[in-house]
Amino acid sequence: MQDKELQVQPKHQVQQGGEPTKPEKLFVPAVDIYETEKAVTVVAEMPGVAKSGISVSLEDGVLTMTGERHNGLEKGTALLREFETGRYVRKFTVSENIDQEHIKATMVHGMLTLVLPKIPPASPRRIEVKGG
Amino acid sequence: MAIIRFGDRPFFRSPWSEFERMRRDMDALLQYWGGEGGRGEAMVYPLLNIFEDKDNIYIYGEVPGVLPENLDVSVEGETLIIKGERKPWQAGEDVSFHRREIQCGTFSRAISLPTKVNTGRVEARVIDGILSVTIAKAEEVKPRQVEIKVG
Repeated sequence: MQDKELQVQPKHQVQQGGEPTKPEKLFVPAVDIYETEKAVTVVAEMPGVAKSGISVSLEDGVLTMTGERHNGLEKGTALLREFETGRYVRKFTVSENIDQEHIKATMVHGMLTLVLPKIPPASPRRIEVKGG
Repeated sequence: MAIIRFGDRPFFRSPWSEFERMRRDMDALLQYWGGEGGRGEAMVYPLLNIFEDKDNIYIYGEVPGVLPENLDVSVEGETLIIKGERKPWQAGEDVSFHRREIQCGTFSRAISLPTKVNTGRVEARVIDGILSVTIAKAEEVKPRQVEIKVG
């Protein structure tokens, strides 16, 4: 795995639902999702997006993450354009056993990490029936 | 990169030179659309956008998740070389994956620069997963303002 040569992954472009107000492209970021005993973690690659450009929302069990690129990186005249820039959007349905109040998001080096903590399973409680 | 230099033009005009030029253009066009990647991309990681102004050449590459210490940028003559390694991102030992779309591995890309550059003045930075390299153009290729005298 470590010595593998990295291949170019073409960006997946999606069409926006409804009419866009701004002429920009929407891309689906590549994600890793992994689970441990305590949490589900979603990692999404969003190069060019700063911490302030991230918005994460949870509505009706749908987790939406959006990344807005900051501008001002490109100057002068273009000689070569191999990658396109735009906004990143991806949605996931979140199961009920996620503690939706305590989702944590961090953004480092163009990688968004969302930690979705699981609700610890309710410990079975025996209810004693008292006679008498 | 399609840079047509003055020297590429034929020296003398033959009656067939125009057809010859058209054929060459068609070939180039077919190569451009039919090649791997379809849009004239090199398809070598990382993909680059290159810009220039009168003093500098700016090169941007998307390298999300690559730590600055794992990146190596060098300029040799008129060639820029970007090497690096993308390590797995923060996943612990004891995890089970649901989705795995993000790749990791090593990369190395060389790209020839459009002009002569001053190899002493190269600056590379990584901002939010974008590698940005600024290279000063060599003094002799910078455009020189020609003063027009009246009289």
